[in-house]
Amino acid sequence: MNPFALRQAALRWFHRHKETQAWALLAPGFGWLGVFFLAPLLIMFGYSFMPRGEYGGVEAGFTLEHYARFADPLYIKILWRTLLDSTVCTLICLVTGYPVAYVVARATKWRNFLMFLVILPFWTSFLVRTFAMIFLLRDTGLVNTLLINLGVIQEPIIMLYTPFAVMLGLVYGFVPFMVLPIYASLEKLDLSLLEAAEVLGARPAERFFRITLPLSMPGVVAGCLLVFIPALGSFLTSDLLGGAKEILIGNLVQNQFTTARNWPFGSAASFIVMALVLLAVMIYLRARDRGNELGAQ
Amino acid sequence: MHSLKMPIWLTAFVAAVYAFLHIPLLVLVVFSFNESKYGVSWTGFTTHWYERLWERQDIIDGLKASVVVGVSSTVISTLLGTLMALAIARHEFRGRRLMEAFLYIPIVTPEIVVGISLLILFVLVNFPLGLMSVVIAHVAFNISFVVVVVLARLQGMDRNLEEAAMILGADELTTFWRITVPLLWPGILSGAMLAFTMSFDDYVITSFVTGTGASTLPIVVYTMVRKNIEPSINAISTIILVITSLLIFAADRLGRDKPLVKSEE
Repeated sequence: MNPFALRQAALRWFHRHKETQAWALLAPGFGWLGVFFLAPLLIMFGYSFMPRGEYGGVEAGFTLEHYARFADPLYIKILWRTLLDSTVCTLICLVTGYPVAYVVARATKWRNFLMFLVILPFWTSFLVRTFAMIFLLRDTGLVNTLLINLGVIQEPIIMLYTPFAVMLGLVYGFVPFMVLPIYASLEKLDLSLLEAAEVLGARPAERFFRITLPLSMPGVVAGCLLVFIPALGSFLTSDLLGGAKEILIGNLVQNQFTTARNWPFGSAASFIVMALVLLAVMIYLRARDRGNELGAQ
Repeated sequence: MHSLKMPIWLTAFVAAVYAFLHIPLLVLVVFSFNESKYGVSWTGFTTHWYERLWERQDIIDGLKASVVVGVSSTVISTLLGTLMALAIARHEFRGRRLMEAFLYIPIVTPEIVVGISLLILFVLVNFPLGLMSVVIAHVAFNISFVVVVVLARLQGMDRNLEEAAMILGADELTTFWRITVPLLWPGILSGAMLAFTMSFDDYVITSFVTGTGASTLPIVVYTMVRKNIEPSINAISTIILVITSLLIFAADRLGRDKPLVKSEE
């Protein structure tokens, strides 16, 4: 068969099999995700119900003991601290990120550049950024050295390996996640609404709380989700900035797979993180749909 | 317009947030050129710490491993992701909405969960931990991001051009290669660059699925941060920052690129 006829035959086949064509395009990627993303999650879920093996791994059987361990006050405390830290981090990011998004969305000059400055840390190495925090906060770090040289303090303030350092690190890491979606919704905002309100005599604060803020709520909700989720699963920040004192659920999971060698318990903890994430996503979707309904009215 | 003028306190607050975002990294870069080994008093300019990097075999090996993993996982995930995006944007098939929703799950799944579950799989099927397992993991977390970026470009594309080509007698394949691919190219490149950046920066997932001979740069840097604090870390951090900034800058420019063919208005 000559190449032209082959090509015609291929085209005819594609016309007859539109749906097959779609699946042919999807198959490699979907297959990869199925084998190396979905299947591992399911196996992990299975592991969380199996007895612990002697040298890591699991043994055959069924048990709920790993989930039951989360009734222990020690683990309740870790879960509670994780939720609390993630919530506080989300709120701080909202309070610091909203004004940034607001000002950048209203900027006429430099808008793209200002936004690029927000995107840049969003993509730069989390490890490097965490190290930058260590460099500033440690006893011989820049902040303490400056304060001592200025005569403000005599002894270095202990900042590294404290809950303060962990929170600062989390906020530092996740603020850009808050700014981006809020900026996206503020940028779309119809300015004539604000002009109309001004003409009708609304004061600036009134204009903000009754027009700008409600209309940017989709961005706010998305931003909160984008900060809350990675904060929930974070362990690098607490690992490097919190020392051994600030154990979050991410650190617990990591411990079970490295030093403690209790894989099923680690799997259970990991699944609790995953469940919390999915819960957050569901709350987000409901909030978004409610927002859409209100917007339609 | 008068009503859009920003109050001073607001501008000052935003400037402070920008400072908070960027000063730590600037400080890190500046002190990578500091002569003093201990403390943070400035004693003079030096490139000594950069020269020291080349003497460390672990860093050279880490850089090589990162490039190998980054390039291979980027090529694979960009190819698979682009095909998926094409299917979703251009084809009607049962379960399309479900597929779109499914693609967001890897994006919201915490890295630690992805890493742990892949480790379990690799150990279960006796897959050796090394460069290959790291590449597999990186492709798995990159595909969705590529799909999102390419899909955005596809949905913003002017379909009239493709229809015009077909009316003028081009068949599907010709239209695809001569019209769709050139128009889509900036989106594909921008997706690829983001994929490479994420692969190059990843520590969490890599740390679980890596094995002997597969210590990527972030793994080496983590060990350095853990062990001792010396200016070499500032130097290697600066190099990583420069590489990722350039990539992000390029991806950002490409993402914003105007379509190659402008419609006459």
